[in-house]
Amino acid sequence: MKTTQTKTKVLTANRLTDGISVWLGANGEWTTSLKDAFLARHEDAVAAITAAGDQALADNRVVDVNVIEIEETSSGPRPFRLRERIRADGPTIDYAPASAAQASHAA
Amino acid sequence: MYRYDEFDHAFVAARVSQFRDQVERRLSGEISEDAFKPLRLMNGVYLQLHAYMLRVAVPYGTLNSRQMRKLAHIARTYDRGYGHFTTRQNIQYNWPALSDVPAILEELAEVEMHSIQTSGNCIRNVTADHFAGAAADEVADPRPYAEILRQWSSVHPEFSYLPRKFKIAVIASGHDRAAIQTHDIGLQLKQDDQGRFGFAVWIGGGQGRTPLLAKKIKDFLPESDLLSYVTAIVRVYNLHGRRDNKYKARIKILVHETGVEELTREIDAEWAHIRDGELKLPEADIAAINAYFTPPELVDRAEGWGELAAWKKSDPGFADWVGRNVAPHRHPDYAMVTISLKPIGGIPGDASADQMDAVARLAEEYGHDEIRVTHEQNLVLPHVALADLEPLYRALLADGLATANAGLITDIIACPGLDYCALANARSIPVAQEISSRFGDPARQAEIGDLKIKISGCINACGHHHVGHIGILGVEKKGTELYQISLGGSGDENASIGQITGRGFGPDEITDAIETVVETYLASRSSADETFIECYRRIGAEPFKAALYNSEAEAA
Repeated sequence: MKTTQTKTKVLTANRLTDGISVWLGANGEWTTSLKDAFLARHEDAVAAITAAGDQALADNRVVDVNVIEIEETSSGPRPFRLRERIRADGPTIDYAPASAAQASHAA
Repeated sequence: MYRYDEFDHAFVAARVSQFRDQVERRLSGEISEDAFKPLRLMNGVYLQLHAYMLRVAVPYGTLNSRQMRKLAHIARTYDRGYGHFTTRQNIQYNWPALSDVPAILEELAEVEMHSIQTSGNCIRNVTADHFAGAAADEVADPRPYAEILRQWSSVHPEFSYLPRKFKIAVIASGHDRAAIQTHDIGLQLKQDDQGRFGFAVWIGGGQGRTPLLAKKIKDFLPESDLLSYVTAIVRVYNLHGRRDNKYKARIKILVHETGVEELTREIDAEWAHIRDGELKLPEADIAAINAYFTPPELVDRAEGWGELAAWKKSDPGFADWVGRNVAPHRHPDYAMVTISLKPIGGIPGDASADQMDAVARLAEEYGHDEIRVTHEQNLVLPHVALADLEPLYRALLADGLATANAGLITDIIACPGLDYCALANARSIPVAQEISSRFGDPARQAEIGDLKIKISGCINACGHHHVGHIGILGVEKKGTELYQISLGGSGDENASIGQITGRGFGPDEITDAIETVVETYLASRSSADETFIECYRRIGAEPFKAALYNSEAEAA
């Protein structure tokens, strides 16, 4: 069936048990890597992932379900919004304090 | 410090058990997210960008070593080896699994801690001067009153569903180290000329998108009336505070819209009904709570004076640290030590589990087992003998905790920002890190002197940017981060709200812009003794605006 071209979208959420960011993969499983996300390029595909998100929410597998826009780049999908890029890549800072290694050494 | 009685233990244990059941039912699908969300928030569990976040209450910022070790253990066992100390004197863990939270709460209960009322529209953790019980300039320890307020407000049936969150801070000194004028209620413990204790009472302070300073409505409230009067304030707020718009729901808006005189009349009218009732604080009850806060026995250690002078002479690094991070104690042979959680280029307020263990060990060895968390995201050992400062410094140095920058330009408050927070529009931590690195040279920091930079990643102002001498607010504009600068804010006894300078700066421009502000100050100050905020108040915003924007006006 022919459907309308749209900006590519992916489905994202946080896993219920530990809150870790996940994306819906092509195999229908939730993946912790945006690179493995299913890319919805047409309205029908977007409708399908939206329905999958609603179902996953109802099934209590994930929370905070959202369809987000991405651009397809040579290195993989890249969210338009910085917020979503940070969700995908993790904090932009070296979050384990630098002195942790020092402290262990000292101990 | 306060110790749980049987009732407290049973109450917290019951709450842990209740939440364990709620989590189990959530994970099994028995209850929906919509039903569960308010329950988890009541227990300090948020959902952030990458994971859940657990906020643990540190009542009025006071901890002992056993509790700090437990916080370290939780960081190591259930999180990623660190925690983040916050501007409400609490600690947050950024990566706990929901399924682990009941076990974490059970462990916290073992050391008389919990996460109740660290979120939600209730009375939050009551904060206090981090030097309480040790400062030379206080009339008495304000923490017993903070504890009385904590007990009164914990799961208070009338005040568990307020229009919005409600924050109370208590000090006992003319020098405000707890930013009471930015609180819903600010209390300053005072003593009248007959030696009786009472409070100056401020209401309606707050930051967020409508920053307002609190208004003083009582100059001296007798201590026995504390709970009845605070009840009257919160009751009037609960009745009339707006519930139609969460951005206009804080008491500051009610004060602003009603007028402080009219609102005070309403509060007094309510108070008249209840002031002589069951909320009257008997002297015996105040004394009983005060007994928990009996100061440690500090034996004279006069030998420290000579030793300190010699150590300072032989080690400039130690001398710098004493100059910045050590403050006078009420006992002349002792000092209050600020342990900076602001390493140059580091993340403000973060501490590794190993560092927490180190602080616990040092508090036992040198600090009479007391630790404080400051609202400026540092730690304090409030009772250290001068004679112990040098070995303490050596130990802190080994653990990366001896940065000599308390109150300097690199002692930055920053919220978690877009690196963690689901509400943020821009990152805060990388901005703080870059500014810290730019100004990290000790000589340059010393030349600049006292200067408070505070950074928020959204208008909710968790980074207190409105009361920063230099405030930075991150916003999102056309999909990119932009940072607005405000100048002239202050959270102390001479509180003021900073004024925005003009257009914002991109992430790659903001540190240069801060440097321009700092250089303008250095060129404008009347002498090296005139601090940034004094200079700003004397010369106003224009010279700073001219330095920030004139070159582009000329270019255009």
